[in-house]
Amino acid sequence: MYFVVAGGGEVGFHLAKALLEAGHEIMVIESDRRRAAYIEEQLGSVVLNAPADEGRFQKEAGCQRADAVIAVTGEDPVNLVICQLAKWNCSVPRVIARVNDPKNEIVFKALGIDETISSTRVLMSVIEQELPSSGFLPLMPLTGSHLELIEAEIAAGTPSAGKTVHALGLPAGAVIGGVVRNGAVLHADDDTRLEVGDRVIVLAPTKDEAIVRKALFG
Amino acid sequence: MKVVIVGCGRVGSFLAGLLDKGGHEVTIIDLERAAFTHLPEDFKGTTLMGNGTDMDVLRQAGVEKVDAFLTLTQGDNRNLMAAQIAKQIFGVKQVLAKVNDPVRASTYRKHGIITFSRTSILGTLLEATLMGDPEVGKVLMERAKQHEAQMADAS
Repeated sequence: MYFVVAGGGEVGFHLAKALLEAGHEIMVIESDRRRAAYIEEQLGSVVLNAPADEGRFQKEAGCQRADAVIAVTGEDPVNLVICQLAKWNCSVPRVIARVNDPKNEIVFKALGIDETISSTRVLMSVIEQELPSSGFLPLMPLTGSHLELIEAEIAAGTPSAGKTVHALGLPAGAVIGGVVRNGAVLHADDDTRLEVGDRVIVLAPTKDEAIVRKALFG
Repeated sequence: MKVVIVGCGRVGSFLAGLLDKGGHEVTIIDLERAAFTHLPEDFKGTTLMGNGTDMDVLRQAGVEKVDAFLTLTQGDNRNLMAAQIAKQIFGVKQVLAKVNDPVRASTYRKHGIITFSRTSILGTLLEATLMGDPEVGKVLMERAKQHEAQMADAS
């Protein structure tokens, strides 16, 4: 496959390297001349030294035939514009943006960029995984939807312990996919009562994450 | 009219001053507090320090209830992002964005954002003046001269 990586910072460089090693064809667009020279020295003639947020350079990089454009500069507005131009001018079938402010995942989706990666969010889930006391763990977004999978562990003192699913008052569109109790999966309906030690798997709109957290943990 | 302006540089502060004098309710946002020193001394509007592409900052500026929203920072991409948030997420009716790159200005105009490119507007005006066609900018220049004179008197 052919990938255009917009932005040759640390993220862009290592992404380009990994894609090359996986046997893909790539082009990195990097505006800083010294950085572009460094990438060329390391990876070969796979760099275009130009600003990636200008349509003509996207065309020069061959975006029209790219399977995906991945915008990974350090600035959210730049990544947004790169992705929009690639979609509009070059009809790139798949555009992926790095976002720094996790709130911008919602913003980008509203503005037509469906796939976003928030390093802040990834780090937060790693940290939350390390701190089981918080009990609330967004596992992963579901590609191509505005949904995510959340795991919540009900501990002693968690406000939802002892409540029925119905009584939680989850937002519309959020569904409990199942409850893991003593290592077995229970089907959860409205009358299922949550117990201490349960691990609740929730499928919910990404924008409602905070509401789901509140419903389960108060 | 209630107006939010993002970017308190030369253009942003100039426009904020004009609208404020005209009796409009202006909130102006900038990343740096020092930028607000560009505003006229008698500016009666609201200043808000923050990032104009941040939804929470825009909400704080009251963008949900404004009549117009203008993005006038030095960054084309920042202006385009803030403008799209105001229009598509907050539903502001009148959204104007400064986009210096004429190509991007044209592309986003096709996608519903009203853009103004300093490069092409000033370039067109200068070319017309050089080529003996002052009609092109007559009304604009007259109005601009009046504003300049008022500013000079005030300072």
